[in-house]
Amino acid sequence: MANYIPTTPDELQEMLGAIGVRNIEDLFAEIPPELRLQGELNIPQGMSEPEMIRKVTRLAQANETVDNNCCFLGGGAYDHIIPSVIDHLLLRGDFFTAYTPYQPEVSQGTLQCIYEFQSLICGLTGMDQANASMYDGSTAAAEAINMATAQTRRNRVLLLQTVNPDYRRVIGALTTPLGTETVNVPFEDGAIDPAKVQELINDQVAAVVMQYPNFFGCIEDIERISEIAHNAGALAIVVVNPIALGLLETPGKLSADIVAGEGQPLGIPLSYGGPYVGFLAAKKALLRRMPGRIVGRTLDVDGKAGFVLTLQAREQHIRREKASSNICSNQALMALNATIYMSLMGRDGLKEVALQCFQKAHYFKRELAKIEGVSFPFTGSFFHELVVKIPNARKVIGKMAKQGIFAGIPLDNWFTNLKDCVLIAVTEKRSKDEMDHYCNLLGGLING
Amino acid sequence: MAEPLIFDLSVNGRRGFALPALDVPEVDPADHIPARFLRQELPLPSLSELEVVRHFTRLSRLNHSVDIGFYPLGSCTMKYNPRVNENMARLAGFANIHPQQPDETVQGALQVLKSLEESFAEITGMDAMTLQPAAGAQGELTGLLIMKSYHQKKGNHKTKIMIPDSGHGTNPASCAMVGYEVVNIKSDARGGVDIEDLKSKLGPDIAGLMITNPNTLGLFDENIGELAHLIHSVDGLVYYDGANLNAIMGWTRPGDMGFDIVHINLHKTFSTPHGGGGPGSGPVGVKKHLEAFLPIPRIQFDGKKYHLQTKCRESVGPVLASVGNFLVLVRAFAYILVNGREGLKNVSAYAVLNANYMMQRLKKTFDLPFDRFCKHEFVLSGKGLAKYGVKTLDVAKRLLDFGFHAPTIYFPMIVEESMMIEPTETESKATLDCFIEAMEMIADEASKNPENLKNAPTSTPVRRLDEATAARKPDINYFQKPE
Repeated sequence: MANYIPTTPDELQEMLGAIGVRNIEDLFAEIPPELRLQGELNIPQGMSEPEMIRKVTRLAQANETVDNNCCFLGGGAYDHIIPSVIDHLLLRGDFFTAYTPYQPEVSQGTLQCIYEFQSLICGLTGMDQANASMYDGSTAAAEAINMATAQTRRNRVLLLQTVNPDYRRVIGALTTPLGTETVNVPFEDGAIDPAKVQELINDQVAAVVMQYPNFFGCIEDIERISEIAHNAGALAIVVVNPIALGLLETPGKLSADIVAGEGQPLGIPLSYGGPYVGFLAAKKALLRRMPGRIVGRTLDVDGKAGFVLTLQAREQHIRREKASSNICSNQALMALNATIYMSLMGRDGLKEVALQCFQKAHYFKRELAKIEGVSFPFTGSFFHELVVKIPNARKVIGKMAKQGIFAGIPLDNWFTNLKDCVLIAVTEKRSKDEMDHYCNLLGGLING
Repeated sequence: MAEPLIFDLSVNGRRGFALPALDVPEVDPADHIPARFLRQELPLPSLSELEVVRHFTRLSRLNHSVDIGFYPLGSCTMKYNPRVNENMARLAGFANIHPQQPDETVQGALQVLKSLEESFAEITGMDAMTLQPAAGAQGELTGLLIMKSYHQKKGNHKTKIMIPDSGHGTNPASCAMVGYEVVNIKSDARGGVDIEDLKSKLGPDIAGLMITNPNTLGLFDENIGELAHLIHSVDGLVYYDGANLNAIMGWTRPGDMGFDIVHINLHKTFSTPHGGGGPGSGPVGVKKHLEAFLPIPRIQFDGKKYHLQTKCRESVGPVLASVGNFLVLVRAFAYILVNGREGLKNVSAYAVLNANYMMQRLKKTFDLPFDRFCKHEFVLSGKGLAKYGVKTLDVAKRLLDFGFHAPTIYFPMIVEESMMIEPTETESKATLDCFIEAMEMIADEASKNPENLKNAPTSTPVRRLDEATAARKPDINYFQKPE
């Protein structure tokens, strides 16, 4: 029922005449008969737009959302406040119906937005350079490892166990085929003891991969761990939450060489996991190891400032099998989403978002601590995410879900030794009332 | 007037958004976090909401886009992006669900994904799909990981992948990322794979063949059945790069041609927006014997409920931290529902019609290296203009002055001064005619007034840019002036 093809029957005849064939079938004549599809595709007939809307809307309504539930889930994706104006700008056709800026003279909008994104990510992370985006935080981390193994010509990485376990699985899938060996570094009290890194590091190690704040919300000593890495000739790779960097010192100042991260917290809807946007930033020495698109500022023939895709000699369309990565399409529109968010929030706004997350999470911890039976397995500094031990956690959070609260992520999904432990995230969007309600309900379920 | 950088529009103290007031008692971060982990400065700009709106609106106006005009960028399938799909992707029931929500709270989303897997499997003729890869190149990587796992399981010692010299740059780059060596295969006089060259390089070390069909010349390789047979004879696998699926939907299927692994590009064939360079989506399909290697999570339906299965022993593992670019998948789902089986077949029919119409008319003016019916795109050569000192690049730049986006140029590399033109099915004959006339005028201009081409473009927001200096002295970060 689609109406996206404009050609009229008269035009069709005219065009067939110009080509010199009787019908469209003739244009497919060279496909050997035995390879042609016999009959029709076994998918339903097309439907009108309103019929489709009805069907798709019904499926959407079959999901519980963070609008009519109260979301304390994190683990890499966070329920932040998203200014309405962002989507209006993303819906400008000039942005979302363009492609990779291959013709810079007619792509200055996209190019300047990418340059601003790169600069904002550099400012946020304290790095010298950033690329135009990666698919998500996990693939950005995997690409960071590929950069490090190529740069150091070593093939082992120390992967701290406090790095998001989903990221660690993606890293395993994407880096082992290149011969990279990952060595897990175990945690104690929710964070890594730098002495443990010191113990495991040697001159075979290309990089140490850490997360800041780490998967459990704790603030890892990335400065000390980076120093240990450097002393062994390895690179320090830090996976960050960009919102936390509104409050926390930049990985750049704390000696990181490469920063990878997930940009979803920067105004991107939760979207059941995507599209999000990965970012990747590094120190100057690693410029030519960077994967993906990079935009640079230059001048045109009239001396007017403009932007181009640059350093393309790293990329697949030029270097083919010698490229620094195979990435082609990235997440440009989501990078724009993050760029608009950072511009709107600005210096004071992003600080305030980070500070509110911090304040609310710490309030929540104090309130949770009042509930008998609730305990906290980890004692270190944290930002806006924390691990809470709840008796019969799975059963309890199942009951809370029925009351409209997504109470947290059970950690025994990944860590068998963290039974009954739940990862709880608190953003600026959570209100005191919501947290108090959570505590009342939880107290009743545990002790009622 | 150029638009200033966002940083140069900043005024300290301005705010673009007001957060709700903090409603909990405050504590001092310095009491909870060691001082060396607290940052002192945050170099972000400060603007009002209106200033932000104006900045990005002005920037958007500097772009060419499908909404503004014809965008015949070969191999990219720049078709119309139906607006209703944007509405579907923004339904709260899809946009506002957390990836860690329990399966029972996301049954609608999982049903969309399962149903989409089935549609893609049917369209491509494969047995099982993953929707996880975030783009075509990631689909390639996923497919190659599957190929590698297959050979490892069988104890095959395989080190090389064959790729025709017309293949996309991502193909060899993806091979390198899984540690496979690339063996280039020549094209024959008809633009297809040179079977003799392939045979001469075929051996037990060949893990597989990666091929686009129709290929990047827009030509259907009639020998695909034999090619697949040859590769299978050494226990290799045949990989289909689905960048050009828009040419064949409902007419023929990779699965029926003998392919074992397929990736498709939703931002091409299934009309999801290109977004200025993404997000894309690159689902991968496989035949039954490779299903166990598909990435996790897999979507299961037990007859009553859908759930995500993460325990699959032989899986290559996840290639992304989520189920995929979900909202891109929702848009493709809506597109398939509206088109249906006859609509999709028409999509390919009219994409092929438009390309052949343009090719027949333009071959009178430009060199056509392979003169046979094309599929959804075709490749011309600008080498005939060399006698006027004009290159394909100049033709491309001059097209910008006519309000068109340029074709893909200098790819495929096997055609000298190549121009790869893909009109798509959503363009009208009138638009195609305008473009053809512009190309004819430009060819005429090349002979009479070549300077017009070499100076082009002149009507664009900026003119030709100094790419050499950009690469030599990279200015890629506002906070660091180039040396």
